[in-house]
Amino acid sequence: MATVKHKILVLSGKGGVGKSTFSAQLSFALAAMDFQVGLLDIDICGPSIPKMLGLEGQDIHQSNLGWSPIYVESNLGVMSIGFMLPHPDEAVIWRGPRKNGIIKQFLKDVYWGELDFLVVDAPPGTSDEHISIVQFLQATGIDGAIIVTTPQQVSLIDVRKEVSFCKKVGINVLGVIENMSGLSQPLSAFQFKRMTMNGEEEDLTEWVMSCLKEKAPEVLNLVACSEVFDSSGGGAAKMCSEMGVPFLGKVPLDPQLCKAAEEGRSCFSDNKCGVSAPSLKRIIEKLVSTQMAERMDDVA
Amino acid sequence: MQNGSYGEIPEDANEHCPGPQSESAGKSNSCAGCPNQEACATAPKGPDPDLVAIAERMATVKHKILVLSGKGGVGKSTFSAQLSFALAAMDFQVGLLDIDICGPSIPKMLGLEGQDIHQSNLGWSPIYVESNLGVMSIGFMLPHPDEAVIWRGPRKNGIIKQFLKDVYWGELDFLVVDAPPGTSDEHISIVQFLQATGIDGAIIVTTPQQVSLIDVRKEVSFCKKVGINVLGVVENMSGLSQPLSDFQFKRMTKNGEEDLTEWVMGCLKEKAPEVLNLIACSDVFDSSGGGAAKMCSEMGVPFLGKVPLDPQLCKAAEEGRSCFSDNKCGVSAPSLKRIIEKLVSTQMAERMDDVA
Repeated sequence: MATVKHKILVLSGKGGVGKSTFSAQLSFALAAMDFQVGLLDIDICGPSIPKMLGLEGQDIHQSNLGWSPIYVESNLGVMSIGFMLPHPDEAVIWRGPRKNGIIKQFLKDVYWGELDFLVVDAPPGTSDEHISIVQFLQATGIDGAIIVTTPQQVSLIDVRKEVSFCKKVGINVLGVIENMSGLSQPLSAFQFKRMTMNGEEEDLTEWVMSCLKEKAPEVLNLVACSEVFDSSGGGAAKMCSEMGVPFLGKVPLDPQLCKAAEEGRSCFSDNKCGVSAPSLKRIIEKLVSTQMAERMDDVA
Repeated sequence: MQNGSYGEIPEDANEHCPGPQSESAGKSNSCAGCPNQEACATAPKGPDPDLVAIAERMATVKHKILVLSGKGGVGKSTFSAQLSFALAAMDFQVGLLDIDICGPSIPKMLGLEGQDIHQSNLGWSPIYVESNLGVMSIGFMLPHPDEAVIWRGPRKNGIIKQFLKDVYWGELDFLVVDAPPGTSDEHISIVQFLQATGIDGAIIVTTPQQVSLIDVRKEVSFCKKVGINVLGVVENMSGLSQPLSDFQFKRMTKNGEEDLTEWVMGCLKEKAPEVLNLIACSDVFDSSGGGAAKMCSEMGVPFLGKVPLDPQLCKAAEEGRSCFSDNKCGVSAPSLKRIIEKLVSTQMAERMDDVA
């Protein structure tokens, strides 16, 4: 870890909030800024990172320097147990100690080389993987943790626990991101249905589209928004102010971002993720400038 | 000592290790110098006596159903909660056991936040939502809800064992067990603890996108490997369905967004009112991979059905309500109802086959 300048953990108390999606897009963005980036996936039971970087089916090779990360770009290397499974359907049914062992190997035996950023994508929770990564890395310094959540209270309950975990083990919370913060999609991208008496659905999309084109065309290219995940509890911003941690921003629920994740693409590489990419970009730029400023303070 | 899964030879054991459960474990010649030697020599061998206590508690439980997923955040706890509400409404005696130790969602989803567990001479008492729906979760045992439960595997296994051994569930028709995502300590343990007394099967919850299905395939493999019957797979968040009138409308400008909801509503009411009470649907989570139905046919497990992403269902979960108690969850409740009725009729049919 001596050749790694910044180490960032991506955590959440809650599953399925977008940790891996964020870790992947953060890594793409940092690499596009010409940093040397390593992305380490420590979710042993459900490793999502290979898919999200378009690296399914790749194998790990060893050199005399150690295990080699899989390179998406020359400056973006990835490591995950996903690359070590003989068959993708095979379950990794391991208890804690064995999971801890492989995480240790990822840090000890992988030749990461000179890195500006090592992004560590964790599974949800506050258990073996989390305790271990902190224990293994703390001596060499962890810059901090980014915590991802969704707006609803049932996520915030778990995320508060994650903030408590960070405080307890002495990890700096770089900030919290509220993901899936409302669905935003052009109205023309929706389908329209009517529920009939017998509980069946009638697809009326074509009819609605021509009706709107004829009678109210100005409405068609607007963006339709739905909260989806209730934020009446105040969402992540309120939680952050209560717990005294920075709020980094909101990222809307964008079907195009889901698609990019499924296809292993950067959401910044084209203009498809028009709804989510700007928010992500703002958050990442804020993070990097804070990190760089701290670095210069250290050097000065 | 918990170095591997089940009783297998630990990774750091000596060559010719007799196995940690063997009579000569820790004492044979091949054990000399092994890091596990002392643990093996002193650990109790043979069947776990706590399993006897668990069997006694579980003797009064007719059906045990695990709710699993490889992936987090797909709606396991939401489904477990609504399943429990529905079964209780059908007049069954229901127990809901939350074995997610780090992120227990069940207390919130049943409207039971802040409740404490009481003990009687019969054991720990579940918290009762209704007289026929009792709930147990570590969420009831935390001094403060923000407090993280930072436990490694063995300690989590211990509390799960206590939930089975020390809780007085009484006579139950159904024990629904809500698990965290994954295939690790909690999952291995619940299977080990309950298998002797019979697990009817597992319901696996997923969302449509491939990144969920990858993990869920692993969960199906887990079930096959440990001998748990897969009762079926539920595809949750299967497209957002919401009345058009519930949306807001915005225009994206250079500096941000402009809220045009009022204007749009007025415009539609005037020019195209027939459109307003239709349901607008969006895929949200890409299902071009074929979704759960295709995965089920490939892996040979039953597909139970789809439940749409319904903001009203999210709200019901937040408020600890049954989605069947009113008509608000018009989009999701019918689908959930169909799935649950299918499950119950299969379970009851199997029971009658056993009795006959």
